[in-house]
Amino acid sequence: MNPAYQHTDKEKFLNSYGAFASRHELMDSPLNTLAIRKFEELGFPTTKHEEWKYTNVSPILKNRFALSTGKSRLKREDILPFLLTGKDSILLVFENGFLNRELSLIENLPQGVIIDSLASSRNHDVVKQHLGKYAPMKQESFVALNTAFIFDGAFIYLPVNAVVERPIHLLYVNDSREEATVVYPRNLIVAKKNNSLKIACTYHTIGNINSAFTNSVSEIVTGANANVEFVKVQTENDNTYHISHTEVMQERDSVFNISTITLGGNIVRNNLHIVLNDVNCTSHLYGLYITDGNELVDNHTLVDHAKPNCESNELYKGVLGGKSSGVFNGKVFVRPDAQKTNAYQSNKNILLSDEATMNTKPQLEIFADDVKCSHGATTGQLDSEALFYLRSRGIGEKEAKAFLNIAFAADVIKNISLEPLRDRLMPLIERKLKQGD
Amino acid sequence: MLEIKNLQAKVEEKQILNGINLTVNPGEVHAIMGPNGSGKSTLASVLAGRDEYEVTGGEVVFRGENLLEMSPEDRARKGLFLAFQYPVEIPGVTNANFLKTALNEIRKANGQTPMDSKEFLQIMKEKMKLVEMDKAMTQRSVNEGFSGGEKKRNEVFQMAMLEPMLAVLDETDSGLDIDALRIVANGVNALRNQERSFIVITHYQRLLDYIVPDFVHVLYKGRIVKSGTKELAMELEAKGYDWIKEEVGIHI
Repeated sequence: MNPAYQHTDKEKFLNSYGAFASRHELMDSPLNTLAIRKFEELGFPTTKHEEWKYTNVSPILKNRFALSTGKSRLKREDILPFLLTGKDSILLVFENGFLNRELSLIENLPQGVIIDSLASSRNHDVVKQHLGKYAPMKQESFVALNTAFIFDGAFIYLPVNAVVERPIHLLYVNDSREEATVVYPRNLIVAKKNNSLKIACTYHTIGNINSAFTNSVSEIVTGANANVEFVKVQTENDNTYHISHTEVMQERDSVFNISTITLGGNIVRNNLHIVLNDVNCTSHLYGLYITDGNELVDNHTLVDHAKPNCESNELYKGVLGGKSSGVFNGKVFVRPDAQKTNAYQSNKNILLSDEATMNTKPQLEIFADDVKCSHGATTGQLDSEALFYLRSRGIGEKEAKAFLNIAFAADVIKNISLEPLRDRLMPLIERKLKQGD
Repeated sequence: MLEIKNLQAKVEEKQILNGINLTVNPGEVHAIMGPNGSGKSTLASVLAGRDEYEVTGGEVVFRGENLLEMSPEDRARKGLFLAFQYPVEIPGVTNANFLKTALNEIRKANGQTPMDSKEFLQIMKEKMKLVEMDKAMTQRSVNEGFSGGEKKRNEVFQMAMLEPMLAVLDETDSGLDIDALRIVANGVNALRNQERSFIVITHYQRLLDYIVPDFVHVLYKGRIVKSGTKELAMELEAKGYDWIKEEVGIHI
């Protein structure tokens, strides 16, 4: 057994799986079974594990989480604050992991397009062909755990040449008002040739007495010449733990843009893997995290340049207050085949207090010789000259700081193409920044 | 308007101001000249309330109140304005948003209601004309990517918008070509009136051809060693500073 893993809390989750398996007719029995076996082998990572050095998951595992039975109690007014993408969105509301059809709006889809719950699409050929094929459950225990508990989530499929112009909003609510809950959201998005779509995937909690745990996995296939935007927003409260993995497979000439916006959560880990699996792909990775209190936000990204003539561009920014901490680990692989690669990475952080910390680590591994790659990281205080300038014009110190922080954050948000989402995110960001004072 | 008595200040353990005395009455324009390192910019920074400068003695009374006890924002709200020698770039904050916030903070502090967007845009339009500023500049981030001349014009534009009681111009003319200098000076002159006072800090007499001062002071080694009218500036231009150094002697 790998000494980097611990086993003390594992049994709890294995027992929970036993109950889950006997309750539900499983989504994909062989996959679930294989995954739970992988999870049993791997156990949970400890801080001895290089990839989890700064993120100790044991506080998460100490809790006793209940798995939802699918009972619904969510009302329309409960989700109003979370409707972030505008009225004309295609909306899928997931309540403790289960699609709530009453609150969802899935109508007037273009010909051949499927946007539905994963549970009801289980027998679809595309699901059978793609589900579990990309996310690395053999290496990542939280991916294995999520895969074992696959029951519901979003399934999005666009046939060749299909375009969905309306934003698709996958809204996940973890309702822990009655008891501490765990949810395992799973998304499968398969875009074929020449597709275009924009997805916002947002995570929220209701109830703040009990803790909650979201362990989500999204698999996204971006077909040839497809253009996919994916925005992951997370506003869960500080009693919530969130561990997610997003795996993206890009085919030739495709464009994939992702923004990962973290505005809450006690311990948050976002894993993002993008494989540029054929020539002439472009990906943009944007990230913003605003933390306060004792929060920990850890972003691990991996951009895997497998083929020539691709470009990746990464910008992650953080504003850290209180005693919070941040982690950024950005890996870029440029494989021997991947000549003419352009890969850029930047991580910028502002520490609002002396007790906030940031660990940032760029990791470029380049095996091709004709490439352009760069990375940069900065961590510092607010620009005191800029602060004085604003104050000398009559703007109060607190306001001036907020001004500068908001401008810093807006630099990430401006890259999101969904305008209603941009407009709704900015006030949330301002509120979170003001909390941190 | 402003009364500076025996003002002394240091920065990073270095004493720079060694007892400045200056009285500025409403409507007056005072020019402060002096060689490099004489303390001109330090005086401007101390008046505006920059943190790094420590006042070690003396007092400054601005419109009847102790200026040195006020935060930088309170000084601005009370009617003080500093045109920066090196205006700061603030990415992500538009000029318009910045100015509207500043203007309304000042109005609020003075018991006025906030200005609505329509009225604000109207006034902004007028004042932009004053400094021949392009409309697009108001939607750009504050000073970001501005040329030296644009930055200085933006300072005068802000001054025009905020309508201070006392404006301190810290080498606003430095590095400007003659056209930009004329624009900046016109902006300042348009704001001159019976109540508003100016302290114009400059290296060059040239500026004073455009902004004609009521008084000229020579700052040297942290003290005002000579005061006069605009003729003094011309004399300095013709003869340099050496005669003043000799006149006041090396004992200071």
